[in-house]
Amino acid sequence: MTVGLLSLVLLGLAALGFIMGRQRAVLSVKGDTRELHSLPTYYGATVALFTAVPAFALMLVWLLVQPVLIEAHVTGMILPEDIGAGSTRDLVMSDVRRIAGGVDVLVARGTPEDEVARLVADPAALKTRLADAGVALAADVSPHVAEAAAVYRAEVATGRGWLSVSALGLAVAGFLLAAMRVTPAFRARNVVEGFVKVLLIGASSVAILTTLGIILSLVFESWHFFRLYPAKDFFFSLTWAPKFGGGSDLGIWPLLWGTLYVSFIALVVAVPVGLMAAIYLSEYASGRVRSVAKPALEILAGIPSIVYGLFALMTVGPFLRDWFAQPLGLGESSSSVMTAGVVMGIMLIPYVSSLSDDIINAVPQALRDGSYAIGATQSETVKQVVFPAALPGIVGAVLMAASRAIGETMIVVLGAGAAAKLSLNPFEAMTTVTVKIVSQLTGDTEFASPETLVAFALGLTLFVFTLGLNVLALAIVRKYREQYE
Amino acid sequence: MTAVDFEGRKPSLLEPDARTKARNAAEKRFRMLGVAAVGLGMLALVFLLASVLGNGLSSFRQTHIEMAIPLDEAKLDKSGARDLAAMAKVTTVGYGKLIEGALQKMLEDRGVDTGGMKPKDLMGLLSKEAAADLRDTVLANPDLIGTTLTFNAMANGRVDGYFKGRVTMESAARDSNISPEQLVVAQRMADAGVIKTGFNWKFLTNPDASELRPESAGLGVAILGSAYMMMIVLVLSLPIGVAASIYLEELAPKNRWTDLIEINIANLAAVPSIVFGILALALFINFLGLPQSAPIVGGLVLTLMTLPTIIIATRASLKAVPPSIRDAALGVGASKMQSIFHHVLPLAMPGILTGTILGLARALGESAPLLLIGMVAFVKDYPSSPPEGFFDPASALPVQVYSWTQRADPAFAERASGAIIVLLVFLLTMNAVAIILRRRFERRW
Repeated sequence: MTVGLLSLVLLGLAALGFIMGRQRAVLSVKGDTRELHSLPTYYGATVALFTAVPAFALMLVWLLVQPVLIEAHVTGMILPEDIGAGSTRDLVMSDVRRIAGGVDVLVARGTPEDEVARLVADPAALKTRLADAGVALAADVSPHVAEAAAVYRAEVATGRGWLSVSALGLAVAGFLLAAMRVTPAFRARNVVEGFVKVLLIGASSVAILTTLGIILSLVFESWHFFRLYPAKDFFFSLTWAPKFGGGSDLGIWPLLWGTLYVSFIALVVAVPVGLMAAIYLSEYASGRVRSVAKPALEILAGIPSIVYGLFALMTVGPFLRDWFAQPLGLGESSSSVMTAGVVMGIMLIPYVSSLSDDIINAVPQALRDGSYAIGATQSETVKQVVFPAALPGIVGAVLMAASRAIGETMIVVLGAGAAAKLSLNPFEAMTTVTVKIVSQLTGDTEFASPETLVAFALGLTLFVFTLGLNVLALAIVRKYREQYE
Repeated sequence: MTAVDFEGRKPSLLEPDARTKARNAAEKRFRMLGVAAVGLGMLALVFLLASVLGNGLSSFRQTHIEMAIPLDEAKLDKSGARDLAAMAKVTTVGYGKLIEGALQKMLEDRGVDTGGMKPKDLMGLLSKEAAADLRDTVLANPDLIGTTLTFNAMANGRVDGYFKGRVTMESAARDSNISPEQLVVAQRMADAGVIKTGFNWKFLTNPDASELRPESAGLGVAILGSAYMMMIVLVLSLPIGVAASIYLEELAPKNRWTDLIEINIANLAAVPSIVFGILALALFINFLGLPQSAPIVGGLVLTLMTLPTIIIATRASLKAVPPSIRDAALGVGASKMQSIFHHVLPLAMPGILTGTILGLARALGESAPLLLIGMVAFVKDYPSSPPEGFFDPASALPVQVYSWTQRADPAFAERASGAIIVLLVFLLTMNAVAIILRRRFERRW
């Protein structure tokens, strides 16, 4: 039974359970529903929930665990001699999966099972048949691999069979159990509501699970990396030169330097502009100007970063190169720290301005009035009263913008280049942590070499960095907000 | 004693003294700085949009070469039985010969001076996709055989670029794919009305194409992939997000556990998107063995990224429902759950939907995590319909932009900007819907 069909059957059972549970409750009091503890719908819902939820939960867990188990078993079947030169166990395993999938296609097209068994015994024939069915295999199929594929296919089928049997069994058991309990005194509403509450709690713990998943995957794979590559070299080496043959230098400093340099330029652009915009919009602008300018600035925040990346690559980069870098003799490259920094600064303007805007608006009017009363001009009030009062909040906003700048990927991938360098020249191409995560992890699916695993260590560093900044920013903003409330 | 200003003059009410002037000037300067900052932001927005539109609008137009091709039965279907399997034996090379003959004949009829150009160079004016296109047309409709088909062959990317001003005679002289002589002939053909420019539907429907044929690269697979991912995000993140918000806002006791969840959600909203990509790679692909480049993985990781946005928006709109509604429900004997699900939630729904649409819009534009799960792969086949299609390789709009920027041919840069325009149109529509929803259902208690 396919998963889709099984789900449909389970849903059908649940629907049936709903109708029967409701009817049973109504019948048990001979139609006088006032005698029931809960509304009749709740009795139906109890039966439906007990039928469907445990069965679906089992199905989900099964579908997650079964491939892992089968994979472990079948991988064990592949002998060292099946793994050809230049190949790996993972590649052979993906061949096994392809063959199994191809055989399924054959069967779906009407090839009888006994013929499939004959084909497995004759790998060459199997290969041609699969090629006819549109499954092209690169290498020749060794008999052992064909056998492994057959076992794989059989185990998947058996697993599916057992899954259907046990899920259906669980559903029927739940159905009967719940249906038996339907009596006038049964507190169906409390049961249903308890059930719903558990579901709600489950939903809200997804956030925790996500964080846990992030931390676990980062730590686990970084640990793999540090077993292959000494942590000392990673944290203290000043060269970044990955070689995919091995023997690479994977020092994080050139990347950190690029990241901080780009972020610094971005903040130099974003903070003054964003802050002045916020001050103007909240203190000076008329209602009409504000109602146009504020959403217009916020559009900048809603534009995806790939758009900024393309803007950097196609417009800003060549412009900076032709008008600044080349005349000043500072470089020939259109992708540079300056390009990425300026474009990222533009992207960050609305973050700084709308956060600061909120904070400036939260400064009580009484402070301003007091300042005007002793004869200060509006700009003096802003500079000497409003700004100092809002400063902690603004610092928080700037820190949040900084954390965004450090984690930003697409703009630097397209705008800053890929050369890991420790240089002060802002018109030179440099690279950042995020760029290297992308370049180490795209295209390669093998996770045994330090050159790919380093991405996880980089990710961990990035995560810790931005998390620290965010926590600090949140703490500052929160502490500040309490003052006026 | 009379007051004196700094220069020792008598102050006048009508004429401000130097210090007041300086202070007023400072005031004015400060104000101008503010105007400049706002102006700078708006200017950046205008430049950004102008740059994208200027570079990308031309990708929605495409030059075609129109010709009449006699579909000869003797060549295309020797048996005459219209048997598709037999007809499929004629390869694109066969169709290429047909096109070549038709092209030459048409140029003779129209009296276009080709300057004795070799047929191979003449064919170079056409897209390498043209023969395959013709073959697909014929195989899809065998009745065409024996008739004369008016066929619109796509022009080669360089020829296309010449008419859009991207390729010049000078650049063609340095280009191995096109020669200035070919462009001269193309210009003559355009003068004779053989080469025409029209709206490029294929840009929206075709799959990606290889480096050699940028003219036929389209967004079809990417739009489909993005749509699949949005479906998954919507189906998962809306119920989970709403359920989580209901628990946190309405039911949860104030204790360490709920505090932990709340801090977590705030932090998740600020985790760099690439970290989510790493999570997806390690968890969904390496550990659970889900296929690479599949919309299901992309959809799951975008769901996790969208959840905080939706939860924050939902909690705000739940909070906006006045307590009197809850009290009234409880007063007539509803349970806590009933008051929430029957009374509070329906009233909060417009706000929740607005937040969800905005969350979806952000997810639609996200690209960094998708790079890591292999959505940059070159995908030529359309994914099948859901649910199986969720596991087929696909692309996504923002990632398609990225992969086009990585190619050498400048025609792909134009396509990347065109793809951005499509993406921005989708985003604009979603935001407009969100604003309309908000306006329409906004209420004050």
